[in-house]
Amino acid sequence: MSQFFQIQDIGAITPELELVAFGMFLLIFDLLIPDKRKLGLIALAGIAISGLFLFRLRNTDFSAYGGVLALDPFSIFFKSIFLIAAALSIAISLKYLDIERENHGEYYALILFATMGMMFMAGAVDLVTLYIGLETMAIATYILVGFLRSNQRSNEASMKYFLLGAFSSGILLYGMSLLYGLSGSTRFVDIAEALSRRPLTDPISMMAMITLSAGMFFKVAAVPFHQWTPDAYEGAPTSITAFMSVAVKAASFAMMVRIFMVAIYPLRPQWLPIMAAVSVMTMTIGNIAAITQSNVKRMLAYSSISHAGYILIGFIAGNETGLTAVPLYLFIYTFTNLGAWAVIVALRRKDVIGEQIDDMAGLFFRHPSGAVLMLIFLLSLAGIPPTAGFIGKYYLFAAAIQTGHNTLAVIAVLNAAISIYFYFRIVVSMFMREATEKTGLVYAPGLTMTLAIATFFTLLIGVYPDPFIAMARQAVVLGF
Amino acid sequence: MDYFREHILTIVAFWPLAGMIVLMLFNKENKTLIRWWANFVMIVGFVISIPLWVWFDRDTADQMQFVQNIPWIQTIGANYHVGIDGISLLLVMLTTLLGPLAVLSSWEAIHDRVKEYYVFMLMLQAGMLGVFVSLDFFLFYVFWEVMLVPMYFIIGVWGGPRKLYAAIKFFLYTLFGSVLLLLGILALYFIYPNLAAQHPEVAGRFGTGATFDVLAFQAVASYLPFTYQYWIFLAFFVGFAIKVPMFPFHTWLPDAHVEAPTAGSVILAAVLLKMGTYGFLRFSLPILPDGTKYFVPFMIGLSIIAIIYGALVAMMQPDMKKLVAYSSVSHMGFVTLGMFALNPNGLNGSIIQQINHGISTGALFLIVGIIYERRHTREIAQFGGLSNVMPMYAVVFLIMTLSSIGLPLLNGFIGEFTIIMGALQQNLWWAVAAGAGIVLGAAYMLWLYQRTMLGKIENPANEKLIDMNLRELATLVPLIIVAFWIGLYPAPFFRVLDKPVNNLVLKVRPDYFQGTQRLNAEIREPR
Repeated sequence: MSQFFQIQDIGAITPELELVAFGMFLLIFDLLIPDKRKLGLIALAGIAISGLFLFRLRNTDFSAYGGVLALDPFSIFFKSIFLIAAALSIAISLKYLDIERENHGEYYALILFATMGMMFMAGAVDLVTLYIGLETMAIATYILVGFLRSNQRSNEASMKYFLLGAFSSGILLYGMSLLYGLSGSTRFVDIAEALSRRPLTDPISMMAMITLSAGMFFKVAAVPFHQWTPDAYEGAPTSITAFMSVAVKAASFAMMVRIFMVAIYPLRPQWLPIMAAVSVMTMTIGNIAAITQSNVKRMLAYSSISHAGYILIGFIAGNETGLTAVPLYLFIYTFTNLGAWAVIVALRRKDVIGEQIDDMAGLFFRHPSGAVLMLIFLLSLAGIPPTAGFIGKYYLFAAAIQTGHNTLAVIAVLNAAISIYFYFRIVVSMFMREATEKTGLVYAPGLTMTLAIATFFTLLIGVYPDPFIAMARQAVVLGF
Repeated sequence: MDYFREHILTIVAFWPLAGMIVLMLFNKENKTLIRWWANFVMIVGFVISIPLWVWFDRDTADQMQFVQNIPWIQTIGANYHVGIDGISLLLVMLTTLLGPLAVLSSWEAIHDRVKEYYVFMLMLQAGMLGVFVSLDFFLFYVFWEVMLVPMYFIIGVWGGPRKLYAAIKFFLYTLFGSVLLLLGILALYFIYPNLAAQHPEVAGRFGTGATFDVLAFQAVASYLPFTYQYWIFLAFFVGFAIKVPMFPFHTWLPDAHVEAPTAGSVILAAVLLKMGTYGFLRFSLPILPDGTKYFVPFMIGLSIIAIIYGALVAMMQPDMKKLVAYSSVSHMGFVTLGMFALNPNGLNGSIIQQINHGISTGALFLIVGIIYERRHTREIAQFGGLSNVMPMYAVVFLIMTLSSIGLPLLNGFIGEFTIIMGALQQNLWWAVAAGAGIVLGAAYMLWLYQRTMLGKIENPANEKLIDMNLRELATLVPLIIVAFWIGLYPAPFFRVLDKPVNNLVLKVRPDYFQGTQRLNAEIREPR
């Protein structure tokens, strides 16, 4: 066993440390700076600098702190997803929080802390590190969900999310402790080795696997543990919903990849059927429930549930294509989904909540560019070429076919086809209904920038995905 | 000029897209400029496609010509690979011909949201051309799906009373088919490297790497295990049959046609449906020969049902547009019948009939649209005796009716006759069923003509109808010319088709031209 702490290990976590430092500063500056939007800009600067540090580490591949934290292409890929998601979420928050009259400095600090937690989750190859990263992210997110203090829905959402989240963390922890009991180590590699020495049907490893999976399905909002999602997504400030739906989700999937593909990989024959059932249920129920929603936030919440179902296909395939698909899909989903949420944020005005599908009626006449961008994002979510979403879906379906999971592939593509129905309810409302009111969207520089970036990548990855596929592939080929 | 010649397919396919981008910059209030520009783009699109017809080398019509093959997504082996053989040449020409006519026909019909309308029309045109020129399955699929969106909007925004229902039904139906098609493509994609590795002659030409190259897939066709052929054929079948549409999948078509604006119906009938039959010709038959042969009885059965059922339903329609829509189902039944006869006559007829259907049905939708613009109804019972007030209209309508029912001297006859010859070579009863379909087709079309055009004017609303104006005539004259051209002198078309069709037959039935059957083929060949 290598020495637990070496001085160069500090270098491995500079991006994270830098985020923490900026978060702390923000809390202090909050007392000094009256214009809270400046704090948002400081947070953006913090993320940018963290990104620079991350960029400097791009070619490294080593494990720090005696092998509890890996700095490999996989974690770097995911960390860049988190940073992008955090930056774009902050950019759409600047104006939004003003409208909600809840612009406070700790909001930005909390996002930075949550992002830091995620970055540790993506790098963790050890149960304890993983759990601490997870909780850092989760606690920051619980607060952010309830950030609209005077809003009952927000409070309720936060409470629900906190209770269920704590419960799921408990289950997860239970599974982790069983694994520790089995292997005597918290490191994923040791756990895998210990598990492979036990018989496949060993009841205790089964128990550990099931509780661990349940906890993780909770975190990624897979059916049957998805009930919290619509409520939390609906009640949370829209900018935080956007952040949760991409960053928190991506972090949970990063954690899942490490656990399922390394730690409990020896139990793959056992978890495969569970995963397949969960995947099928998640996409089907997510899609069907989304059809009946009239609130866009709830609809997109259910849509994000179904997307989690698609991503699980990558785990079921488990080969190079499948594992490439997971980060690739999440990367694409980050831009697409953040773009869609940004449009909804733009719909929030002084006296209009802008969450009902009817609130989007005739959006095209009032604000053609907003409606066209939303159309692009929705097409991407539905997986219609030439948008990025198609490339992501293509990769998942390809993985399923390549590994002979034909029935699963058929169910998945039929679900993808169904999803067009509810995405296009929004399109119908935007393009084919009369405008109900005359007020335009609220555009702010941050929102415009987010929309521009999201659109650019959604279309670029759709037309020329080569470099992005190569990056995602590199992230998993070396790691697993 | 050399540059143009080398890149002609790309230029033809992307020209409408370039025109669309320029169109987006126009002020949406300046409707006249937008209309002129859209028409200009479409006409130029047709003009630049004429060199395809001229430069196309008939002696190697079975080879892909004007090929461009550029790496695109190297990580998955997808290329920008375009090229046409005789079959796709005709369909590309049909598309570039119908595009300007459809756009011209909407000059007065579309008042609202003019700019978006033309944006979507141009986008649709580019998507359809892309489908016909793609030789890379990935590229093909992208174009195949891309054109759903503009068509959805054309039906959903400018359509009739039930437009939203019709539009989403069209979209969902087609999408269900296409995603299964995608799975079929993926299955081929993953088995190709294995097959190529075992067969050096394929590996030598196309390599053993992962590829979406349609020609590579065709090269390994005969080594593809039957189970694969079976399942992939079914996946392709759902994708293409919904588009055609073949019998049990046809229900989206009447809705889409009835609700779509005239130009939408024209494009839908004339070009979009051909994408399905083209899919069968380009992919199912040559890539999955054993699967194709296995499913022949099934496909023929569905085709015959479509012919008879479509005709019977058409006969009972009170709405002119719905009648023409159901007649499409029947006519497309002929196309698939000829195709799955799997002999040169059947296939030649099938492809000619695709062009014919594009011409006649496209024209019939234009004709229905002309009367709809004047009366805002399409109910047959509202009309009668129109030939008294609209003589020119009556003549054009008559020509197209006759063309549609397959009267000699007009295009429909050539297609149906060749298809029936092909069917007869295989099985007497197929030909009998097709013949019954022709009789029924004559019945409903002539009855329609009689009820709307002949007799005295009973309905006072029809007394003041004005005849076609120059613009409306201009949309129909090119179609009439082509109808007569194919009817009187189809040799140029057969000359383009013979080689690729024989090649196709050889791929599906390698022993076809041995022995006595060779005679059959040669009797028909006048050269």
